[in-house]
Amino acid sequence: MLSLSEKVMKVIFLICGLAIVLFLAGILFTLLSNSWPALREMGLVPFLTPGRWNPGAYGEPTYSLFNMIYGTFLVTVGALVFAVPIGVAAAAYLAEIAAPWERELFKPIVEILAGIPSVVLGFFGLVVIAPLISRIFNIPSGITALNGAILVGIMAMPTIITLAEDAITAVPKEYRNASLALGGTRWQTIWKITVPAAFSGITAASLLGMGRAIGETMTVLMVTGNMIAWPESFLDSVRTLSAGIAIDIGDVVFNSTHFHALFVAGLLLFTITFIVNLLADILIHRNPEVNK
Amino acid sequence: MKTDFVKTKIAVKSQGEWRNLELAGYWILRLTLVLVLLILGIIVYDIVSKGIGVINWEFLTQAPRVGMTEGGIFPAIVGTFYVTIITIAFAVPLGVGAAIYLNEYAVQGRFTRLVRMSLRNLAGVPSIVFGLFGMAVFVKIFGFGPSLIAAGFTLGLLTLPVTVTAAEEALITVPRAYRAGSFALGATRWQVVRTVVLPRALPGILTGTILGLARAAGETAPILATGAAFFLPHLPDSLKSQFMALPYHLFIMATQHHAISQVRPIAYGTALVLLLLVCFLNLAAVLMRKRFRDRVAKGL
Repeated sequence: MLSLSEKVMKVIFLICGLAIVLFLAGILFTLLSNSWPALREMGLVPFLTPGRWNPGAYGEPTYSLFNMIYGTFLVTVGALVFAVPIGVAAAAYLAEIAAPWERELFKPIVEILAGIPSVVLGFFGLVVIAPLISRIFNIPSGITALNGAILVGIMAMPTIITLAEDAITAVPKEYRNASLALGGTRWQTIWKITVPAAFSGITAASLLGMGRAIGETMTVLMVTGNMIAWPESFLDSVRTLSAGIAIDIGDVVFNSTHFHALFVAGLLLFTITFIVNLLADILIHRNPEVNK
Repeated sequence: MKTDFVKTKIAVKSQGEWRNLELAGYWILRLTLVLVLLILGIIVYDIVSKGIGVINWEFLTQAPRVGMTEGGIFPAIVGTFYVTIITIAFAVPLGVGAAIYLNEYAVQGRFTRLVRMSLRNLAGVPSIVFGLFGMAVFVKIFGFGPSLIAAGFTLGLLTLPVTVTAAEEALITVPRAYRAGSFALGATRWQVVRTVVLPRALPGILTGTILGLARAAGETAPILATGAAFFLPHLPDSLKSQFMALPYHLFIMATQHHAISQVRPIAYGTALVLLLLVCFLNLAAVLMRKRFRDRVAKGL
């Protein structure tokens, strides 16, 4: 027989657990219900086909997210191209080669890098990286997709390093010992045994880094220039989905088509990051392929 | 036969050659890590060297003056302080409650898996999507308007995964024997949680709280449309007031101000204050966690 306070506390804790699920569901529901009027009015097609995002146009406003999707793609790919190799190499070093004191020292430092507010990184991109890009490539302004890609890569790196290191460390010792006993060198053991054995974990780390890169808002908003035109190269200005929402969110008229169109952009962003994170989740929680 | 022998002989390197190649490889890997540290160093150096000259007592205690081209950032510091307090008041009880449910009460199964999966996905939701949610739900549906409470709740949702994860990690470190012993003495579950588990896990929970605080203090996107203000002549006086915040102030001073180059020193000063605040909180959390883990490892 449980006393009353026992029952009450049990229910309270259950509600707390339930609340987590409800919050995620609530976010999805809010995005769906607020984007529904725009989707009902126009359908999904105008959002995803080539065109312009021009909600303020007199007479014929247009709401194409096409260029913003491409902008997000450009910045994300540019970021991952260098963040993944550097992140995995640094993780391999930390997990397999570094002396214990190096690990003790470097891991908190990597966490500090992860903790730098995105708006501070954006400011750094504005005052340091932008002039650098403009000088190196001899262009009038360094406020470009490249600048965004560099900073977002820097932001994604701590995620990739920390999680890839966990994955590499989790590879059973027996694998390493077997390889070393057969005469493999440490170098061979790292690249032929340990890293391949941790492959799903490393992929998951890269995916989570990618999720961060796709969703990153302030840094990109501050350093990519936010032009809605189609970018020809990394040296053009781009507007990403997240920055696109951030620009308009301040002065959008409540319940206007523009308002609902912003939620369509939010829903798209949510869906993309949800899928990327879900893939990472599946990879982390399935048995390592070494067990097959 | 003979050619095979020759080939093998070419492929085999002496032990010394292997050793040198390996060492070169290690150095390349080490350099990647050095590169990461260098990036961090350059960022911190640039902000500190150019921001330190701006910071003085007046900068920290005065409101902006003359169209925000002079004066200090006091209202932004106060605003960030207020909004993170609300964030923590929202996220910590809920987060710790959820962690207690997951670790102490629930039967591990389909539902706990669902909660954990929701938590991981919540952690991956882009901050601007939290901003959209906060604007639609807290500002409009709940009718808070753009305010401290709307922004605090939005940031609270965002930091929830941090607090739950840290609290759960802390709860897991409490040895099972402690619970078993208490149960054997006839304690009820809530008594065990309240008197045995929670006191042991408190330092770990506190670490999570500080990490959540650091995260909330640095976020900008979620507060863009839920309560942060460009400039306010007076400090917020109720939960429904709008507020100035450090990260938003930096964003304004860096990109939106009409005299960008004139206010650049103020932007640097704001960036340094924000960076110091967040780094200090993170460092405190990291050190606390290390002490906590060492203590657990020693079995004390």
